[in-house]
Amino acid sequence: MRPSAVRLLNILVPIKRAVDYAVKIRVNPEQTGIDLNVKHSMNPFDEIAVEEAVRIRERLKDAVKSIKVVTIGPPKSAETLRTALAMGADSAVHVEIPDSAPSPEPLGVAKTLKALIERQKEGVDIVILGKQAIDDDAGQTGQMLAGLMGWSQATFASKVEVNPEQKVANITREIDGGLEELRCKLPVIITTDLRQVQLLNEPRYASLPNIMKAKKKPVEKLTAAELGVDITPRLETIKVTEPPKRVGGGKVANVDELLAKLKEAGFTGKRA
Amino acid sequence: MLTRTVLRSRIPNLNRLLHSSSRISRQLFDPSTVERVSEDVDVCIVGAGPAGLSTAIRLKQLEQKLGKELRVVVLEKGAEVGSHTLSGAVIEPRALDELLPDWALRDDHPLTQSATSSRMRFLTKSLSIPIPHPPQMSNHGNYIVSLSRFTAWLGNIAEEIGVEVYPGFAGAGVVYTDDGSVAGIRTNEVGLDRLGCMKESFEPGMEFRARVTLIAEGAHGSIAKELIQKFDLRRNSDPQTYGIGLKEVWRVDPTQYRPGEVVHTMGWPLDFRTYGGGWVYHMADGLVSIGLVIGLDYANPYLSPYKEFQRMKHHPYFAELLSGNSTRIAYGGRSLNEGGLQSVPQLYFPGGALVGCSAGFVNVAKIKGTHNAMKSGMLAAEAAAAALSQESSSGPADMSQYETALKNSWVWSDLNEVRNLRESFHTPLGIWGGIMYSGVDSLLLKGRTPWTFRNRARLTDAQRTQPAYRFRPINYPPSQPPLSTDLLTSLTLTGTNHAEDQPVHLRVRKDGNENTALRKLHVQRNLSEYAGLLQRACPAGVYEYVEDETAADGWNGHKLVINSQNCIHCKLCDIKVPTQDITWTVPEGGGGPKYTIV
Repeated sequence: MRPSAVRLLNILVPIKRAVDYAVKIRVNPEQTGIDLNVKHSMNPFDEIAVEEAVRIRERLKDAVKSIKVVTIGPPKSAETLRTALAMGADSAVHVEIPDSAPSPEPLGVAKTLKALIERQKEGVDIVILGKQAIDDDAGQTGQMLAGLMGWSQATFASKVEVNPEQKVANITREIDGGLEELRCKLPVIITTDLRQVQLLNEPRYASLPNIMKAKKKPVEKLTAAELGVDITPRLETIKVTEPPKRVGGGKVANVDELLAKLKEAGFTGKRA
Repeated sequence: MLTRTVLRSRIPNLNRLLHSSSRISRQLFDPSTVERVSEDVDVCIVGAGPAGLSTAIRLKQLEQKLGKELRVVVLEKGAEVGSHTLSGAVIEPRALDELLPDWALRDDHPLTQSATSSRMRFLTKSLSIPIPHPPQMSNHGNYIVSLSRFTAWLGNIAEEIGVEVYPGFAGAGVVYTDDGSVAGIRTNEVGLDRLGCMKESFEPGMEFRARVTLIAEGAHGSIAKELIQKFDLRRNSDPQTYGIGLKEVWRVDPTQYRPGEVVHTMGWPLDFRTYGGGWVYHMADGLVSIGLVIGLDYANPYLSPYKEFQRMKHHPYFAELLSGNSTRIAYGGRSLNEGGLQSVPQLYFPGGALVGCSAGFVNVAKIKGTHNAMKSGMLAAEAAAAALSQESSSGPADMSQYETALKNSWVWSDLNEVRNLRESFHTPLGIWGGIMYSGVDSLLLKGRTPWTFRNRARLTDAQRTQPAYRFRPINYPPSQPPLSTDLLTSLTLTGTNHAEDQPVHLRVRKDGNENTALRKLHVQRNLSEYAGLLQRACPAGVYEYVEDETAADGWNGHKLVINSQNCIHCKLCDIKVPTQDITWTVPEGGGGPKYTIV
């Protein structure tokens, strides 16, 4: 009996260009945000997502047709796409926003991704992205996208196994109590976690020969308007300040002094 | 063979080490058997600084003249172009005007702040006395910039014009032909663990085979060091001497901000025997660059450049400048060359040449080297283009025309005028002798003297260090935030980091040998004779001599700990360690500081 023809899987990996994790950030003088004139690189959680997509293809071999990466960002985000292409993605989409535009919010990103997925003639079976971006720590995009598309979702994934014949994915999630195992029907949205004890994976280096090859891989440029999506922010940032500086502690000589200092600070005792 | 579970029970925290690949089954990397990807290019340039990028841009400009396309590749160990570039900086736009005559029309150029004044002050512990300065230090027509930003801007221009720039990839070694000439550059390996074994992510470095290889690594480059030794490029010149420049950028209180003001200081906190001086440059956008350069020929091993810099900020002149609503936003350090004309080596070797500070063109009187570095790059490009246009020539490219052109250019006369000034500080009169001589030579004679002071004894900076017993430890004041801080707090501002599990890039190595006996000897000599100089001198806290009775490579209950992750690639250790047994090698590309505004 011949096996039924399986449609090849298409994987979409949304990535974000964020401030590099090693940079010491500062609030800008206008107190509207942080100084963005610093080194940026791919969001580390998204690096893990790209690596996982490439590993899924290595495991499933011919069952995966393509890995496409997409980013929504200013012109410089093209470099981040090139790194992902050098890690093993096949093609890229750059939804370009002007340098002066504010960073899009998760809902805007999710709507843009929805429009993009609906545009893909060959469909998308797996969307895999980082669980959160290290600049806004929102952790919402994957979940919002699943809601908009009506697809299954598995967030904070620490292990992913795809079964293309049965069109399901077995995913292990990190939850407060430990680990949860899910079986999700494709198409599925997966967000990747960074686990201390056992990493989902260790992203490979983008080697120089691969970076040079990546320059020849196609990058499609679009705008949000072309996709019919309005990504103007709905939230207004009023003020950004640094946390209050730590004031040094003081030593007290005896219990009476301790009680006096507690009273000064406004703590009163009550008889039990 | 130990299983994972057995190991886990015996050694705590092993989980983090094991990840997904078993450590035990990793193989040691053997450079002689590895196969490398090889790519042919016309010109390979190591270093995307002002010199390297000027070379690349000039080469692309000459393409049209040549009538054929040139493939130009620039390798840069920093994560981005500009990440490893640090300087004062007040630059003379002379070379930029020649390279890009219409630079002022580009709307993103960083030369937005002209230097409006130029003053010199002599500092005592509490006073700052205005003194006259050599005419070379007048800054009419010059610009105050962040050299890191300037370099990033040049990098964009280079990419626009078709240069292939690869940040995050270091030039790790030279590829030689069978006859010993230079055939190209190989990049660093990635994915080696701390013991030199290959991890799952291992990829060997690749080779760029180029007809012309140009080294633009900046002061005391690692490949330049190898080539200078191999081809004996210093046989007719004096050893190079260096200074260490430590720098901070502050956003000062608006009442203290005087855009365009350029001030240089001498005297306090340095004593009369130590060459050096401070600077204050008021940049654009309310920022002020301050710093201290100390000649690395200092004799007292107890000297700590970082602590000298921190205590200088408490001088009333600086304390006032940094008072009020001010924030420190950057810190960094880098060696710079001070040897001048007498220390310029032979610039070419079979198959390539040295450009920029790798050769050493800093004008010490002007305290500027960018204009000479850029011009040297442009001249090298012209010579390279000429060498490449001879299609039929076999054998390594001959870059001797570059040296001839440089000696006939304004770079040479620029350096010639001030050639005696730095060397005049090498007398028992210390800075007094230097100031007196320099005053006469620069103001009246303008370098038109029949004599040229030479370093006949060929003393290097390391050799000028004297044993600790001749000095008393310097009592530096404790740091007083927010004006001065401890070293590690400052270090976080550099953004420096290196991937943890990789070979330590600072090698205890002499004449190519590394072994436990050498490490022991290093600890013995440095602790007993030089009071642990490296621990005081390194501006990033890399070197520590710690107590450890059990260490196999220790001496007298102490061992050397190298915190290579902190390294900011300043090269001070390679230059100054009195035992000359520290060799700076490139770490995995992309590591190191992430400067943007210095």
